Amino acid sequence: MTIAPDKSATAETPVPEGHVRLTIDGEEVIAPKGELLIRTAERLGTVIPRFCDHPLLDPAGACRQCLVEVEMNGRPMPKPQASCTMTVADGMVVKTQLTSPVADKAQQGVMELLLINHPLDCPICDKGGECPLQNQAMAHGRADSRFRDRKRTFPKPLPISTQVLLDRERCVLCQRCTRFSDQIAGDPFIDLLERGAHQQIGTAETADVFDLASRTSSGKPFHSYFSGNTIQICPVGALTSAQYRFRSRPFDLVSSPNVCEHCASGCAGRTDYRRGRVMRRLAGDDPEVNEEWLCDKGRFAFRYAQAADRLRRPLVRDRETGRLEEAPWTEALRVAAEGLAKARDGKGAAVLTGGRLTVEDAYAYSKFARIALRTNDIDFRARAHSPEELDFLASRVVGTNPDNGVTYAELENAPLVLCVAFEPEEESPIVFLRLRKAARNKGTKVVHVGQWSTPAVRKTFGELLACVPGGEAAAIEGIAEHATDLDEQLQQDGAVVLVGERAAEVPGLFSALHRLSSRTGARLAWVPRRAGERGALHAGALPTLLPGGRAVTDADARAEVERTWGVEAGALPTEPGRDTAGIVAAAASGELDALLVGGVDPDDLPDPALARKALAAGCFVVSLELRPSAVTEYADVVLPIAPVDEKSGSYLNWEGRRREFSVTLEGTGALPDCRVLDTLGVEMDADLFTQTPEAAWDDLSRLPTRPQRNGAPDVPHAQPPAPGSGQAVLATWRQLLDDGSLQVEEPHLAGTARRVVARLSKATAEGLGDRVTVSTGRGSVTLPVEVADLPDGVVWLPGNSEGSKVRASLGAGHGAVVSIAAGGER
Amino acid sequence: MNTDPLTPVLTKRWLSPQSWRISTYEKLEGYTAFRKALAGTPEQLVQLIKDAGLRGRGGAGFPAGVKWSFMPQNEEKPHYLVINADEGEPGTCKDIPLMMADPHSLIEGCIIAAYAMRSHHCFIYVRGEALHCIRRLNAAVREAYDAGYLGRNIIGSGFDLDITVHAGAGAYICGEETALLDSLEGRRGQPRLKPPFPAAAGLYAAPTTVNNVETIASVPFIVNGGADWFRQMGTEKSPGPKIYSISGHVERPGQYEAPLGTTLRELLELCGGMKDGIPLKFWTPGGSSTPLFTAEHLDVPLDFEGAAEAGSMLGTTAVQVFNETVSVPWAVMKWTQFYEHESCGKCTPCREGTYWLAQVLERMVEGRGTEEDIDTLLDVCDNILGRSFCALGDGAVSPITSGIKYFRDEFLALCQDARERNATVPELVGAQQ
Repeated sequence: MTIAPDKSATAETPVPEGHVRLTIDGEEVIAPKGELLIRTAERLGTVIPRFCDHPLLDPAGACRQCLVEVEMNGRPMPKPQASCTMTVADGMVVKTQLTSPVADKAQQGVMELLLINHPLDCPICDKGGECPLQNQAMAHGRADSRFRDRKRTFPKPLPISTQVLLDRERCVLCQRCTRFSDQIAGDPFIDLLERGAHQQIGTAETADVFDLASRTSSGKPFHSYFSGNTIQICPVGALTSAQYRFRSRPFDLVSSPNVCEHCASGCAGRTDYRRGRVMRRLAGDDPEVNEEWLCDKGRFAFRYAQAADRLRRPLVRDRETGRLEEAPWTEALRVAAEGLAKARDGKGAAVLTGGRLTVEDAYAYSKFARIALRTNDIDFRARAHSPEELDFLASRVVGTNPDNGVTYAELENAPLVLCVAFEPEEESPIVFLRLRKAARNKGTKVVHVGQWSTPAVRKTFGELLACVPGGEAAAIEGIAEHATDLDEQLQQDGAVVLVGERAAEVPGLFSALHRLSSRTGARLAWVPRRAGERGALHAGALPTLLPGGRAVTDADARAEVERTWGVEAGALPTEPGRDTAGIVAAAASGELDALLVGGVDPDDLPDPALARKALAAGCFVVSLELRPSAVTEYADVVLPIAPVDEKSGSYLNWEGRRREFSVTLEGTGALPDCRVLDTLGVEMDADLFTQTPEAAWDDLSRLPTRPQRNGAPDVPHAQPPAPGSGQAVLATWRQLLDDGSLQVEEPHLAGTARRVVARLSKATAEGLGDRVTVSTGRGSVTLPVEVADLPDGVVWLPGNSEGSKVRASLGAGHGAVVSIAAGGER
Repeated sequence: MNTDPLTPVLTKRWLSPQSWRISTYEKLEGYTAFRKALAGTPEQLVQLIKDAGLRGRGGAGFPAGVKWSFMPQNEEKPHYLVINADEGEPGTCKDIPLMMADPHSLIEGCIIAAYAMRSHHCFIYVRGEALHCIRRLNAAVREAYDAGYLGRNIIGSGFDLDITVHAGAGAYICGEETALLDSLEGRRGQPRLKPPFPAAAGLYAAPTTVNNVETIASVPFIVNGGADWFRQMGTEKSPGPKIYSISGHVERPGQYEAPLGTTLRELLELCGGMKDGIPLKFWTPGGSSTPLFTAEHLDVPLDFEGAAEAGSMLGTTAVQVFNETVSVPWAVMKWTQFYEHESCGKCTPCREGTYWLAQVLERMVEGRGTEEDIDTLLDVCDNILGRSFCALGDGAVSPITSGIKYFRDEFLALCQDARERNATVPELVGAQQ
């Protein structure tokens, strides 16, 4: 039996600096100054009911559900106080519903009022079973209602976007969604309309239902990459997603923690599944990374793994018919092993892994290349890349982690963040949210080196340092001379420079950033777009690096790896391998006999036409894939692998933070890449010890990080290209929601993508009309024109959107000179 | 001692021909006070207003000098003076007549108050429906600019002040000072969370003081007359004259400026007594948000303390007088419909509560109420009073609780009528009556 102490233990405890002592329900408690009463009570174990309160939103005090009695300096306050807006104070005496009949009645009263206009449709409501209103009404409400009159009704549901639907009858007007849109996302998304009992949530478009006259002046079209969060934080079933509504009940779902596979933000999430099928994804709660938010891609784009054409069985190309036929694993592995072994012993085999692998899978590819194929011809960079980037990654990025590198927390506390060739909202949405939070709450100055004032520039309260595509390096080099205030700010403690994947397309940019960082002391972090790139870098899926950042040219490092891997001394290849472009060129010209390709889309590569040529050139192609692709079209053997929900593993996010996840859907029979490669290795007499992701991680862990910090990139910056008449310099990057292969089967999500337009300056757009055709010798893209504040002579195109596949159509990238002409009428 | 019950101060120019013209104003001592004020220091002015004991005329009666002293001494951020001219309380009609008849007294008050609070921009937020008044104010502001009383270096004093007249868009809630500030900034008019209070972060997050029209219009008189003169009128704690706006069943409704502490009995004498001699039934001392009074309260001194002691509030001294022909439940229903219509929707108790109360009262007045409804009304009122975000909710329940307190029988009678009518309907289907 536990005996309670006679006196509260805190009575004698001195109050630490910055804290206060108060009493809640007769219990003394010490709380940090500024803490809201509702949180202090929660730490004591007393949950005060609430709707509008959310720890990550500014206090509102709107729902009045959390009323408590408060006494200050021995004097009771005349009215009950909202505990979600009142901060703790020394000597305060608080009585919650547990000890105060006044507070209890106030809460019961508010609950009754909230329910008078709430429909009794819990049995068909998505939120039923996980509904804060339902739960709190049971705990703090009356058993029956005294309301006998007419409920307020609205037509329902109201589509706010193709994805988000609003049921205004269920809404309790807590304003979490509107405050989220305003404070966190910064999007013109939804707002309050009307007043009194007719007050409702709506958009610029829905407002027109009431005032058709305002249609002509209606607000901006709905755009938010974060709209799904409003659904998750809605304390009732007022906001639902087209994807999930009416699909299942919460109590039928099994929840499993996950890590998002879509970008390098590394978001913690939750996957809910039922009978072997993922029904929805929600944001997890990870204060150090994504807090409680998730972008819409992370939330809604998961049905690619449920696509009807998912590869479930190995395929082997029939020599006679030339068609891929299903084959048993044993046969497929044998054919693959034979082909690869033959190639290895011939002109060689190379590995292209793509940037979406887990660390464990990337490690298996890396090890497979070295000991099964005996080559350094491996590269994860299924995108534009450069040798300069390789030097940068080896000297500045590999091995950084939250203990020694830039973190989300540092972004939040930085006086200045300089984003270079990096579009945070499109490429790493949670980094964007953190930049906005820093700018909004702590006055962080965010400067973007780019081409136009993108929504992210505006929403981070940022400043644009505009330059011509390809001129970024020159712009960085010019900071010391031409932007002395910025230069001074970069020298402040905690200043951060973020650089994105596009930097690889700008010669000299990584070198310029390295010099800038060395000179000013600003910390430099690389934010790749894809989830697997940091992990693949760590795993050594690069032509110059072994696992842990060891250089392939370093004999000691090679020897260490050989010992750890238990291969004979001198077994590892000594020369740097070919990079992605080199591998593609070699395959296309017949200098390679085989390619092992894991999840690469040729259209992502710098030269898609050459990549297809390489695949078709007759070398032996083994493809590890989820669904049929341009690579499987040419493959001799196709080995199906597991999507993230069906395997375990980890990603390294942009911070180098390991984001581990376990299997969500057990027993589907799908195998992770590392397992497939391990077995393939056995067929080739090479032991990878990567039978499971756990084994692969253990094996990799035996090679602690040992990055070479010398060999920093040193490439002079090129002169920005000068377009001639009828030409422009191409600026391009990918939008978050586009035609990416992991976004298939999601029409509701696709409907919320940004409009696909070409952007030009007013002067450059002159005479082009409504549409512009951008062309190269390869092909052309024609899009509607939108005028923006780009430098003259520049055209911006979305990288991989409907009607704008820049690589595939133009064979060009950021910084290329293209022709522009009037695009004619639609 | 002055035996005349009327003390025309603010209203003394109202009957002059073209009283709203700057020429008339200047003939009648106008624009003399601000010259004295600008010759003094801001601190002296704040002290003068404190000494005079001027209390806010918008309803709450907060000491104006104290409020002014909350403004920071430094000018790190611009200071703003905002005049609350969003007069919307049912029954209240003092500020609009004042601005119609004597707009320059407000403008002169603004100059003095702005100087005292180191503000160089003053906004007058006028109720949007009062279009004529907005035009007249704008004209007066133009006259003042032309005379050199507004703008840069006012009469060579080195003090700059701009006045902007802003029209509201027709929302009662915008009379609440923080909702007014949001509305003035171009946002939805909904009350803000306090703290921060306007003196710390008001308009555009800068130090701001919001004062009522009548308060600021009193300032030039205090500057000219002095604190002692001001204190000759009214009571110790509620000094000064006050415009009582008498409406309803009286012979001569209108504005009567009398010392604070005047009783309804005295006011009725001034306005010729009850109309057609029909006896008084109930009245509001200061607009519909102040609990009702009855004939029992004829001798309650109408100052901040007297009204409160008698269980109501002085409010805006909008005295609405109702005779015996008026049904209390009906009047209460009409008021409640007003609050339901004007509730801003931000907080649950006010938004949902007024919606519910209005329906119950409408049902009652239609003769479909029950005795339980009376208890429900009172309990819902209890769940709104002191639970809502701002004072709108508190005001909304005043007519109901005070109406039931003094006239429960009338409510009961409505319900009993309903019961009797319903009782004649046979309960058994098909049974003969």
